[in-house]
Amino acid sequence: MTWRTARVVGLHDETATARTLALVVHDWPGHVAGQHVDMRLTAADGYSAVRSYSIASASSSDRRIDLTIERLPNGEVSPYLTKEVMVGDELELRGPIGGWFVWRSDQTEPIQLVAGGSGIVPLMAMLRSRGSAGSSAPFRLLYSVREPETVFYRDELRALSNQGDAVVITYAYTRVTPKDWPRPAGRIDAPLIATGTWPSTLRPTSYVCGPTSFVEHATDLLIAAGHDREKIRTERFGATGERK
Amino acid sequence: MNASLNYLDGNAAAGELSRIFAVDITSAEGQCANCGAKRRFAEAHLYSHSPGLVARCALCGHVLLRLVNVGERVLLDLTGMRYLTLHPTQQPEASS
Repeated sequence: MTWRTARVVGLHDETATARTLALVVHDWPGHVAGQHVDMRLTAADGYSAVRSYSIASASSSDRRIDLTIERLPNGEVSPYLTKEVMVGDELELRGPIGGWFVWRSDQTEPIQLVAGGSGIVPLMAMLRSRGSAGSSAPFRLLYSVREPETVFYRDELRALSNQGDAVVITYAYTRVTPKDWPRPAGRIDAPLIATGTWPSTLRPTSYVCGPTSFVEHATDLLIAAGHDREKIRTERFGATGERK
Repeated sequence: MNASLNYLDGNAAAGELSRIFAVDITSAEGQCANCGAKRRFAEAHLYSHSPGLVARCALCGHVLLRLVNVGERVLLDLTGMRYLTLHPTQQPEASS
């Protein structure tokens, strides 16, 4: 797989620390929801760093893709991508990458998405692809965030959950909750899995994405709730969140 | 931070492996040469903090794959896997 040139055509802040980069990629073959790209930055002295970022936009054969990137305080690449990059800049990337952590529009079974923080990004690509493909597969999303201000795609998610029962979204707040929120702040737990996810008897396919500790915890809870390990697909960001 | 949680999934090796293999290895099923577990390569635990990549069996921790870039050469050790089942025609394709 070769490195391709991507031109930045748009920037949009999702939260105080996360920014979406809209890119037009030269010779882009199209992607499937859940896939990622490797981005390569090369310094003037030849030093280069490669990081993986999930694609946030719906599956398409279009040359345009969106990446949402969380800025990490001690990151080597993400501060540049979220603060310095401007519209018109050119970046180097390879992709689309990965054939396992993907949702295809011909899947009709119930889908359980579980996101920890910026783990929402590839799951958002699945939600968006569901919409653009006109799929009627029932989706549920359990989205764990630190506090209300750190929710990505807030308005779009609200619109999705207002469309009826087809997409059901449950939020979990680990540090700060909205005012009058019924559940105290804390990690996701068995009662929340019981009320906020599909029962295992429906045999959903689950996609779990987030920091490694979150993915371990969420996967253990799903298995304890009776889900088959074979039906759980995971994507871990590692301890720091910046994937090398 | 818990050092034992300092790993990714086999998914994260897909970019590096795509330099070498024509098909996506991460969705292939492999058998661990140590414990005999059959899992998708994407489900292995991937350690990328070393000079190369090390993938370990998610079940027993046995090293399945080592990949090291040395200058222009790539050294690849797959002795930890008994076999891989590939689907050369089943490439992820974008819906149009």
